[in-house]
Amino acid sequence: MNSVTRPESPVITDRYALRMEAVYKRYGDFTALTEVDLTVEKGERIVICGPSGSGKSTLIRCINHIEKHDDGLIFVNGIELQHDARSIDRVRRETGMVFQSFNLFPHMTILENCVLAPMSAHGLSRKDAELRAHALLERVHIADQAGKFPAQLSGGQQQRVAIARALCMQPKVMLFDEPTSALDPEMVKEVLETMKALVGDGMTMICVTHEMGFAREVADRVVFMDKGRIIEQAPPEQFFTAPQSERARHFLDQIIH
Amino acid sequence: MRYFDPAAFVDYLFNYFLLGGVRVTIGLALAGVVGGLILGMIIALMRMSPNLLLYGFARFYIWFFRGTPLLIQLVVIYTGLPQLGIKLGVTGSALVGLILHEASYLAEIIRSGFMSVPQGQREAAWALSVPRRTIFWRVMLPQAFRLMIPPFGNSVNSLLKATSLASVISVEEIMRRSDMLMQENFQILEVYAAAAVYYLLLVSIWDLVQQRLEHHFGRSLDRNAKSTPAKRR
Ligand SMILES: Nc1ncnc2c1ncn2[C@@H]1O[C@H](COP(=O)(O)OP(=O)(O)O)[C@@H](O)[C@H]1O
Ligand SMILES: [Mg+2]
Repeated sequence: MNSVTRPESPVITDRYALRMEAVYKRYGDFTALTEVDLTVEKGERIVICGPSGSGKSTLIRCINHIEKHDDGLIFVNGIELQHDARSIDRVRRETGMVFQSFNLFPHMTILENCVLAPMSAHGLSRKDAELRAHALLERVHIADQAGKFPAQLSGGQQQRVAIARALCMQPKVMLFDEPTSALDPEMVKEVLETMKALVGDGMTMICVTHEMGFAREVADRVVFMDKGRIIEQAPPEQFFTAPQSERARHFLDQIIH
Repeated sequence: MRYFDPAAFVDYLFNYFLLGGVRVTIGLALAGVVGGLILGMIIALMRMSPNLLLYGFARFYIWFFRGTPLLIQLVVIYTGLPQLGIKLGVTGSALVGLILHEASYLAEIIRSGFMSVPQGQREAAWALSVPRRTIFWRVMLPQAFRLMIPPFGNSVNSLLKATSLASVISVEEIMRRSDMLMQENFQILEVYAAAAVYYLLLVSIWDLVQQRLEHHFGRSLDRNAKSTPAKRR
């Protein structure tokens, strides 16, 4: 186990995009994360997998304090995530998140979805925010839908908008929580292609997914979780062909029919 | 045996004195809705507050004003408060009573609207670092409002008719003026039938307004809605 040392002050120069040290998360009596240690280097692409209920979402949601960790240390780009509003805000400005259920704002158009945060949190003028939004909507090939409401788009299109919306805040680390699990099969590909394009830009990515093809192609490392613990971590080739733990073998047997 | 006199009924329908009462009824209802919305929003925010004092006060307020008849509230405000040196007058008492009463209902409607907005909406806004105030005004409130419209419409419907209780403290709205007209010729059926028609009319107008509101706030969820060109404001 890593030794847990608390630095004198938040270290800004950190080669890691993420450091989690002995992180615990409890829901009442239930421990959802146990002694989680995870480091991710800048520019690294991590895929997290594991059985349902193993704590994947909890882990990724602790990184931007949507869930509050109970114990341990979390650093994002050298910024320590503490439970005060200031530190939470600093960390959230480093990270973008894409949810399984898209979570677009249904009462706003696609463009309004994309400019809300840059205008209110970055203080951009509407003009500048729209410029930025249009550029990113262009990149996810959806700029022509900017005036529509989310309900008028397909699931795949909505998820691409969600990615563009997150990118509008110019995050350093992107967090994905099963971004394709709620999609019809024929829409999975377009979303994965969009994510691969991000990889080309050197974005740090932490992605919960069971898309093993994506993991093989894109991930630098696969992290396997079970019952709230990280059981093993390995490069995808090694993980898929020669998993070390019995639990990982069992898991892979189940998902690769 | 008396029969229903259609001519008298029509006369009462277009009676100027009664029409004056209609204006007062509309005024009472409007004030009750606007005042009730503002006060109800404040009470709802207190009810959702982590501060135990605010929360406790809101709980008590809602329990008390939803638990006692509006009739009693009006009488107590009109006859009881002056004994404490607070003289609101007839109209003032009616307005205060209706607003306090309506707010207790709207507070719960507003709160349930906010609670019905999916948690993922808040989480997405947090993840985007949207400031708290903006989350409230731009993300939560418009969505909560859409969910609130049907129960809100019901409450306004009740309020329109509940204004008739103000007649007991002698506010000259529809009901009171109907009583006064009735005293002249004792054409009970004709007078109150005309009054009923006015209430029906007011409630129907409100139904139309409510439909417009539902349509307006629901249009973004319509898959086939015409897309608005990316507009600037
Ligand atoms: N808000 C919550 N309250 C109580 N238990 C929760 C809550 N969120 C998650 N859990 C529990 O924590 C465990 C891990 O959940 P989650 O991180 O969502 O798993 P995964 O994403 O790997 O499927 C599950 O057993 C789940 O029931
Ligand atoms: Mg999950």
